[in-house]
Amino acid sequence: MDGVVPLFRMEGISKRYGGVRALENAGLVVTGASIHGILGENGAGKSTLIKVMAGVVAPDEGRMTLDGREVTFASPGAANKAGIVCIFQELSLVPELSVADNIVISDPPKRFGMIDRKAQRRIAEEALARAGASDIHPLALVKDLPLSRRQMVEIAKALARKPRILILDEATSALTAADVSKIFDVLKRLRSEGLALLYISHRMNEIAELADQCTVFRNGRNVASYAAGSKSDNEVVELMIGREYSHIFPSKPAAVPAIAAPRLEARKLSWADRLHDISLTVRAGEVVGLGGLDGQGQRELLLAFFGVLRGLGGQILIDGKPVSITSPSVARDDGIGMALIPEDRKTEGLMLPMTVRENLSFAALDRLSKAGVIDRAAEQRLIDDMVGLLAIKTAGLDIPVGALSGGNQQKVVIAKWLMRQPRIILLNDPTRGIDVGTKQELYQLMRKLADAGAAILFYSTDYDELIGCCDRVLVLYDGAVKRELVGAEITERALISSALNIHGEDSPVGLGADA
Amino acid sequence: MKDWRYWLAEQRGTLLAFGIFIVMFAIYTSNHPAGFTANVVQTASNKGVLLAFVAMAQTLVVITAGIDLSIGMIFLLTNCLASWLVVGTPMQTTLGVIAVLAVGLLCGAINGAIVIYGRLQPIVATIATGAVYYGIGLLLRPFPGGSVNEDLADALTSRVFGVVPASLVVLLAVVLVIWVPFSRSVLGRAAYAAGSSETAAYMSGVPIRRGKFAAYTLAGLLAAIGGLFLTFFTYTGEAAYASGNAYTLFSIAAVVLGGVSLFGGKGSAIGAIFGALAFRTIGDLLFVFDFDPLWQPLFQGVILLVAVSLGAFALFRVRNRLEWFL
Repeated sequence: MDGVVPLFRMEGISKRYGGVRALENAGLVVTGASIHGILGENGAGKSTLIKVMAGVVAPDEGRMTLDGREVTFASPGAANKAGIVCIFQELSLVPELSVADNIVISDPPKRFGMIDRKAQRRIAEEALARAGASDIHPLALVKDLPLSRRQMVEIAKALARKPRILILDEATSALTAADVSKIFDVLKRLRSEGLALLYISHRMNEIAELADQCTVFRNGRNVASYAAGSKSDNEVVELMIGREYSHIFPSKPAAVPAIAAPRLEARKLSWADRLHDISLTVRAGEVVGLGGLDGQGQRELLLAFFGVLRGLGGQILIDGKPVSITSPSVARDDGIGMALIPEDRKTEGLMLPMTVRENLSFAALDRLSKAGVIDRAAEQRLIDDMVGLLAIKTAGLDIPVGALSGGNQQKVVIAKWLMRQPRIILLNDPTRGIDVGTKQELYQLMRKLADAGAAILFYSTDYDELIGCCDRVLVLYDGAVKRELVGAEITERALISSALNIHGEDSPVGLGADA
Repeated sequence: MKDWRYWLAEQRGTLLAFGIFIVMFAIYTSNHPAGFTANVVQTASNKGVLLAFVAMAQTLVVITAGIDLSIGMIFLLTNCLASWLVVGTPMQTTLGVIAVLAVGLLCGAINGAIVIYGRLQPIVATIATGAVYYGIGLLLRPFPGGSVNEDLADALTSRVFGVVPASLVVLLAVVLVIWVPFSRSVLGRAAYAAGSSETAAYMSGVPIRRGKFAAYTLAGLLAAIGGLFLTFFTYTGEAAYASGNAYTLFSIAAVVLGGVSLFGGKGSAIGAIFGALAFRTIGDLLFVFDFDPLWQPLFQGVILLVAVSLGAFALFRVRNRLEWFL
């Protein structure tokens, strides 16, 4: 390495936001034709580092060199021109424009001063094909595409800019397993074409599969760089959290007796062509997981319970009594006491510009008010309890919730619902894009709530979570329950084989399918 | 293969406005004593283009997720100015027209600069600038009066080849010279992108500020073209406060009728033109059916509500309630 000028180097980078130190004397060396994994908890400075590289924020101190020459970027456009392209965690697509419009948006092909639509179409089709997403029509509007397709468009858009350094910030978090493997092939091909790739992910297995080199960030600094594969998962996590990594999952209690009456029960739930005859039960004190590939109806099932879907077939029973849940406000009412922690906290969980206090009390306002007037003292007591219980890190209750880190925003969403002391808690992939430390806290909280008598239905795309947290797991495939795994049956192998609807040779006779 | 379906989905608002206008105009002409004659079309066109220009102007700003409440006042100000300047020899008249258009452009540019660089809310900024523009108009014409080059005025309000209304030809020319290039330029796309998702546009390195600035500035220019035509029809300038406000509000109605989303990022000035023409036809319909003109505001309101509801019908088919809010 010594003597060779690296493709890109940053040294001594510092950045403060007000009093908060996001980066402190951080550095990074990027070489061509390699994939560089970046690891760290949320708030470790990864995102800020990337934003500095991509020209979104200007550093307070430090220097960057590209091909040995010092560079500064005044805007994302300037960084793009230098060949640094970033796929951001928050999608950067314009919803009302078409896929093709979006792919060429930074530098559309022009003819006589106007945008050349034919050339634009051609570029878009090439880029989509390169990203392995030829199934997306270039004229489709981005807002009509599901999240996973949008992410593919985002990747195609980045490729269309012919980058030298491509940064992927949690770029696979919304992708289906099939897309992830496609994207991995694309990334490996790009590496062989000489590109430098920075790959930021909370998913350790992805980093292990892809990266040549890894750098770990903690508290705004790069704390270690090592060749991929030279450290064990445990060592890496210890570097990330800076403390002993053990017992990330709380221990499970003895199984809830099967004779206990179910708190939540579904009988033959069907909806449109997305849910087919789903029957399940969740008892008080139980954590029941929903597994399977992404997009097999798990989200719809949770929405069905929460009264969001119209024209639902089948029956929902609460404490053995049939109920008709026609809207989320019915679902949360005292008789039912349901809470849904949504998948997309930014649109379905929080009102970002409003304060932490307001966000926390929204769902519980009816309980905190008398004759329409909010009891401020009661509100404050409850909020203090919640902030303490969930260890929410915030500079104050009256700052916009959008200013919090991702993990703390998610805690606010959960706290908001806990303020109603729900009896049934539905969680839709609550740990997506959240750091290890916060995840661990959430797992413990989930178990604590179950022990206190809540019935929990928990959808996760992360198999480790399902294995570590759940008493039972229902694996969905194409809108139907394919298999139920109980206790020790919940293994990675069983989860994957039933998610792919393969009858694994290890499926224990007589305990499996309930399909 | 199914490209046309995407095109159709994109143009749905425009086609709907076109349909509404055609139906209304057909009812109007078939009930008119004179029927579908060049004369009837010319009168309708001359009445319609004023609002059409102002609605086009409003569209440009609405696309950026803004709103221009000064648009009617720019229209009045340029009318007052034209009643001073668009007179005399052909040379003087030409210079006068250029000056009037330049003032419109300037008014729009001021709006844009305040909203974009001054970071004021478009509603507040344009209420304030609108009052200023009206004030200047009032200084120019404290009382109705003035004159205009009548040769030019008559030429632009008569018919070309005896059949096609000249005002319609000018409208078409303006669409081809201003709207089409704008909507297909990088700046136009930046305006759409800024209206749809400003952060995403910024992150993608889109020239948001220039796009929005161009939209506000061109809006001023289009309003000035409307102001010129008002002068050609009336031969005078008049700072009529109520009329300026009415044009501002009607332009918003026309934009909505034309399928332009007030949330920004979606719609076309062509749709807004048909929206404006349809809106104008309401008054004509009342006339042929012998209604008291007093009914006009009421009917305009009802038609607007019905037209906007058409777009909401799709919501009845939605089975996932979360999609209501998209």
